[in-house]
Parts: sequence; C-alpha cells; structure tokens
Amino acid sequence: MREVAASFANPVMLYSIGKDSSVMLHIAMKAFYPSRPPFPLLHVDTTWKFREMISFRDETAKRLGLELLVHVNEEGIARGINPFDSGSALHTQIMKTESLKQALDKYGFDAAFGGARRDEEKSRAKERIFSFRSATHAWDPKNQRPELWRVYNTRINKGESIRVFPLSNWTELDIWQYILAENIPIVPLYFAKRRPVVAREGTLIMVDDDRMKLLPGEVVQNRQVRFRTLGCYPLTGAIESEADTLEAIVAEMLAARTSERQGRLIDSDERASMEKKKREGYF
Amino acid sequence: MHAPETSGDFKTYIDAQEKKSLLRFLTCGSVDDGKSTLIGRLLYDTKLLFDDQLAALERDSKKHGTSGDDIDFALLVDGLEAEREQGITIDVAYRYFATEKRKFIVADTPGHEQYTRNMATGASNSELAVILVDARKGVLGQTRRHAYIASLLGIRHVVLAVNKIDLVDFSQDVFDEIVGDFLDFAAPLEFASVVPIPISARFGDNVIANSANMPWFTGAPLLQVLETIDVDSALADGPFRLPVQWVNRPDLDFRGFSGTVAGGSVTVGDVVAVAGSGRTSTVTRIVTMDGDQDTAAAGAAVTLTLADEVDVSRGDVLCVASARPEVSDQFAAHLIWMGEEQLYPGRQYIMKLATSSVTAQVTALKHKVDVNNLEHLAAKTLHLNEIGYVNISLAAPVAFDRYRDNRDTGGFILIDRFTNATVGAGMIDFGLRRATNVHWQALDVDKHARARLKLQKPVVLWFTGLSGSGKSTIANLVERSLHAQGRHTYILDGDNVRHGLNRDLGFTDEDRVENIRRVGEAAKLFVDAGLIVLVSFISPFRSERRMARELLGAGEFVEVFVDTPIDVCMMRDPKGLYQKAKAGAIKNFTGIDSPYEPPEAAEIVLKTAEGDPTTHAETILRYLRDNGYCG
Repeated sequence: MREVAASFANPVMLYSIGKDSSVMLHIAMKAFYPSRPPFPLLHVDTTWKFREMISFRDETAKRLGLELLVHVNEEGIARGINPFDSGSALHTQIMKTESLKQALDKYGFDAAFGGARRDEEKSRAKERIFSFRSATHAWDPKNQRPELWRVYNTRINKGESIRVFPLSNWTELDIWQYILAENIPIVPLYFAKRRPVVAREGTLIMVDDDRMKLLPGEVVQNRQVRFRTLGCYPLTGAIESEADTLEAIVAEMLAARTSERQGRLIDSDERASMEKKKREGYF
Repeated sequence: MHAPETSGDFKTYIDAQEKKSLLRFLTCGSVDDGKSTLIGRLLYDTKLLFDDQLAALERDSKKHGTSGDDIDFALLVDGLEAEREQGITIDVAYRYFATEKRKFIVADTPGHEQYTRNMATGASNSELAVILVDARKGVLGQTRRHAYIASLLGIRHVVLAVNKIDLVDFSQDVFDEIVGDFLDFAAPLEFASVVPIPISARFGDNVIANSANMPWFTGAPLLQVLETIDVDSALADGPFRLPVQWVNRPDLDFRGFSGTVAGGSVTVGDVVAVAGSGRTSTVTRIVTMDGDQDTAAAGAAVTLTLADEVDVSRGDVLCVASARPEVSDQFAAHLIWMGEEQLYPGRQYIMKLATSSVTAQVTALKHKVDVNNLEHLAAKTLHLNEIGYVNISLAAPVAFDRYRDNRDTGGFILIDRFTNATVGAGMIDFGLRRATNVHWQALDVDKHARARLKLQKPVVLWFTGLSGSGKSTIANLVERSLHAQGRHTYILDGDNVRHGLNRDLGFTDEDRVENIRRVGEAAKLFVDAGLIVLVSFISPFRSERRMARELLGAGEFVEVFVDTPIDVCMMRDPKGLYQKAKAGAIKNFTGIDSPYEPPEAAEIVLKTAEGDPTTHAETILRYLRDNGYCG
C-alpha cells in the first residue's frame, strides 16, 4: 500500500463496505500510522445496497477522518436500471462496472485498491496483486506483467491505471481470524438477527425497503439470518444462522459446506461470468 | 478440517490456526504432466472443496472433462476460458489450502514452453518446488528447464513427483530410472533436498496416503512431505535490512521511515546505517498502530524513527552498521528475459530493486545458458524465456546484497521504458566494483567557459530519418552556413563513423543500439567541448534516441526528424541501397526488413517531399537563432 502511495499521483481505495473492505481499510490505517492514508475512499453506489451498509459506510469515514467519495451512475438511474426488472447481469454491468469506470475517469485516479482475494473465484486466482488496466479499463489476462518477489512494476503511461489487490493471498478464514484478532468493526448484517426475508429462487432475499415487489405467492417471513457477503440487497442471499458473535461466525464457517459466493446471484449467470466481467472492467 | 464443538475447543483451535506455519510451493512440469490434476486432488482430498464447487465440477467434468465419467480435477483449477478450451495452463494461478499442521499457498505454473516467465514468477515467492514428470515420458527438456529455474530463483527443496505411475503398472524400475536421470542432471544445482515420490494424481496413490499399489515405495506420501519439510531460511538470522518505502511525515514533529524488514531484525537502540550515504544513527522508536515495539523481525511492516536528522528517502536501505550491503553502480547477475522484444545490450531500461528505481543497461552479455545441459553459449542477445549471465551498469549506485543471501535485496526486474512492460528478472551475483572509489574528476575549465569563448550555446542537432531521406544533405548545408558565420561545429555522420569508431559493428538490432550509444557518448564530449554537433544517423529506435537525449543537459538536444515517405526515399536511392536490399543483397535494412520508429515529439520536423534542402536548412538555422544557440 505504501508502494502505491509512493509511486502513483492519484490513488484511491475502493470501499465496498464489506468485510474484506473493512480489513483492507484497517491495514491501510496501520500501514500509514501515525499518518492517515494519503488517499480518499470511493464507494460505487448502485442505490440498492442495504441501508445498514450505507450508515456503516458514513460512520466509518467519519470515525477515521477519511474523505469519502460516493459515485452513482446517474445515467443508469435515468434509464431506470434496477436489479428486479433489468436482470442481475445488466444491473451489475451498468450500475457497478460502468459506474466504476465513470468514477475513475471523473477523478482521474491512476491506482485503485480493491479487496478481491484470489481464493474467491477461479479467474481471480490468476489475478496479479498489481493488475494493469488499459486506458479503457480493460483487463487482458494473457498480457499481464509478471510479478516476482515483492517487486512491483508500478510504471504506467498516461490514461492507464493499476488495480491493486493487497488481500490477494488471504483466504476467507484468514479474513475472519484477522477481524477477530484485531477487533475490526464490520457491518451488523454479518451477524445473525431476525430479519424480514422472502424465499426466492432457492435463496433468502431480505426486504430492505419498499422498492421490493413481492411475486405472487411470496410471503415476508421474519427469520434468524445473516449474510456471508454483502452486495445489492436484491441480489444477495441470506443464510439461516444463529451466529451472532464473531466466534460463532468463524465456527460456522469452519463447518460450512458451501463457498461464500454461492449467495451471490451474479456469479451463476453464465459460465466463466466473472472473467468476462473483469475483462470489461469489473473489479 | 472439522468444526470444534465447544467454546474451549474453539479458543484452542483458533490459537492453533494462528500458530500454523505457511509453506509456499509451486508445481511445475511439462504440458499434460498433470499439475492441475494434482492440485485439484490435494484440494479434494484435504476436503477444501465446498458442495457448490463440487457440484459445478461434476457438471463441468461431463462437459469438458478428459477423464470419462470420473471427476476431472484439472477443471477445478484451470480458470481462464482460453486455456480451458486449449487444455493448457497459461498463467500462474494461486491456490490456498490448509491441513491440521500447515497452511499452503500453491503457485500453479505452466509447462508450455513460451510461458516459462510465469514459472519464474511462481518460483520467486516459493520455498519448495514440486516438479512433475510423466512416468511414461521420463525427464524432458522442460523438466530440466524447470529444475534449473527453480534453483536459479533460490528454491532449495524439490519434490520430484513421478506422476501417472499407474500407466506404467506401478513399476519400480521406471521410477528408479527417472529418479536417476533427474539426480544426474540436478547435481550441480545444489538443492538442499530432493524427495522423489511415485504418484497417481488422478487416482490419489501416494498423494495423501501410501498406496497399496506400490508396496516397494517406503517413503512418505506427498502431503506428509509438504507438511513436515523444514524450509526455514537463514533470512531471519541474516543482517538487518529495511528498504525504505515511504517517508512518514504526518506533521513537523514526526519523521519516520516505513518499510518491510527484508532481513534480520532491529531493536530500539541499535546503530543503523543508510547504505548509500554511509551515515549512521540510532533507532529511537519502532512505531506501529498497536503501540511501539522493542524489536521487529524479517517480514514485519514497521516505521522507524532515528536519533539524528540523517537524509533518508524512498529507495534507501537502512542496514545494520556492522554488516552493510554492497553499494555500487555495476554488478554481475543472472537475467531471465521475459519480454516479447529481445534484449538489446546498451539500451536503457528501468531497474527496480526493492524500493529503488534507476536507469540500467546491460553492458556485457557474458553467455546464455542452455537449460538442457547447463552449458554456456556465446550470445549477442536474449530472447523471451532465455537466461543469460550479464554485467549491468546503473545511472546511480544502489545498495544490494547477493541474491543467494537475500532475495528481497538481491532480486530485481527490468522495465521497458516505452511499453512499461516487465521484460527481465535478475538475480545479483556480485558487485563489480565499489562505485565510491571511482570519482568524477572535476575540471576547472567547463563546458560553459568553453562555450562563452565561442559565443555560442553548445547543442546536438540529432537528424533521424530513413536512408535517403536527406539527413546528410541538409546537415551539410546547415554546417556550411554556421561555419560561414564563424560558429564552431562538427558533423558525426553515420557512414563516416562506421569507418572508424564503430567499424566493429554490423546492422543487427543489437549492433544498432550500441552504434547509437557510442555516437551519443561522442556527441556528449563534443558538446562538453562547446561545439554545435550535427549527428546524422538513421537511429531507428526511440529508446536509443531518448538515451542520447538523456545523456545531455536540458536544451542541449534538438531532435530533427527528416520525414520522408519511404517510396520517395526508394525513388531517390542515392547509394543504390534500396535496390540491393529489395533484392535481398543487404540484410536488416531500415524500412525494408528492419523497423523505423518515427519520433513522437521532435523539436523540428522537415517534410522533404516538399521544399528544397536549402529551405529546410533555413528552418533549422532559424530555430537556432530563435532559441539563443547562436548569440
């Protein structure tokens, strides 16, 4: 992280409010201590995030005294893009991928930190820690710079940028153990609580606001649930769980038989979907 | 892995997790030796697969698998669409798994010849290599290459996994022969340990448990070897090194130096030196967000404060005063070439070593290494995936250790200055001289004194363009006018210089680079003598023109692009060269079978298809007047 701060003119940290972002932000605070991290946080808001995420985001930036930039793809809003009617693929494309590119262009960021981990998904396993993007934000998996030792090639031409993934080598278990050991604040949605949900396509979707329309036959139930990953509420499945402490979450994770992205509806859209999104500029 | 039942167990479990050691290893072997299958097998057998991943795997196995109705474990780890379709791993992929005893990070590296650079990448961060050999094929060129690269990158421990042993009827003879072949080859590579194991990745023989199919094999199965092998390096006991990444200045009262300890350890009160300047001071604090520490060991990211106001910036190395790294601007190193474009000795690249970046050039290519038999071969260049032994010269001295002593302060990358691609990875063998002993001799009469006497500002007019574009004609006219005005000038002409100074050079790309380097240096001396120098060279490559520009001071280099379309040059063909080149009588002719890279920001551009040479000479003379070169 210090390598980026020392090598780039205008870095930014992409802050998605999730547990990985919380860990990444915590590490940044440590890396630059006693200084503050010399870059702002950027949240690409789809306007469909859980309300608890938004309030946590604002509190966190305030608590740490960091500048927070929020970007919304107004064009997408104007076109009425939303996860229910547009489908998850289009929604993600317009409100996340395109929106992120807009934000990076708008502020002219030349380096962006992201909290992705290689263990999350197959195409991410081949991602570099310093991942080079062309001026159009495209990722070419066949033309990545070799990364030897801890020496990172930070040179770019004008308009090009680098995505940096400091948590590349962390596993989900590492993340939770670190949160536990360092007592890092996370969004309360990770802890089990009674929440209003409906069962849809095999997952439990939380009814976070009145934009969610019920399909015929669907009933809102109050169930004891929590989330393993956080995204747009209509696209993020909850799991039934009693785990309301960090210890209980780790214990539950150790016993788990499904991977964390299973609750993410965007991955299963099509085969190799993540790789495709990445080439287009998704994180 | 299973979940603990009670909270007491849980605490014990978490503590144990945190104390587990980490082993980073890579798998390498030829195409189809079964690397991906082996990793998939390890993930599967250590129960690291989740139900949804397993279900997806079974689905994919039916669709793309090459294992009939069985699960094809390779599909689990081959991530990118293109390689999935080709059935080849084309990049480094990292996998994570853990057992009760250890955590593992696996670098899955390719067997395909043209992607060898990725194997070096994987090896650079690994402590152990699992080298796979197909029992039916035995030790191949690729096997030797991988063993050599692993050794070159400092891997001390090797597991030789003889895979597909099921396809040779679990034969001990086959196994023994392969092991013998490998040990013969690997003897000079000085591995600390080589553990041979016969396995079947597809069926799991000798992967996590000993196989009933091979009672003759009495060694431990693969996983047990990985769990127990001792790879502790001497790094933690080595001398203290901290490459400074960032100077931490939150306010005027605090000045700390942040970085990751790259060797040894440091304690408050220790006397440390700045390797470059040799200045010493005492460590007053080791600052972290969790409070100050008394000591910090290799791998720790810390911020140090010092007792004295010593000059330290990014790229400096803080070290223990009693065992300092070498500081030099020249060293010998092994170099693995990773660029699509070949290495040009003499061309300038950016070298990045630890946290310092400096301009570097390969001054001598001693030999390249034939990886099949480790023989040294004479070479003028290195192509993609070739390995050479080189001398490197830097624009400024840096602090370094020998690679065998410290990977972090002895390993470097070379970066192309135009594409910014990483084109080489090097391992320093030793420094060539102590730069501190060779001083620039300061002279009393300098460039400015000489120039004042001549009533002119010295400058290089660098004419670049195709053969027959009119460079020499225009340069000649310019010099005549300047001479008539009483200016002191000199022309360095491409053809003329090749009769003397550069008569040993030919027209290959490597020689062209060296040609321009020498001319750039000669022009620099003439500028120092106070002259207006006219250099008339095709100089086809941007990199070398930029190198010449950077040899000189600001305003001392004026690039003149004699921009003439090739068909016009061919029509003129004053020396009949294009005709010969087209007939194949001249090789490496610029514009025909050797490239010309036009300047992107030349100070003067002359379109010679329009206007006569006198007009163009006038343009240059006007430029010199307007910019104060001729007072």
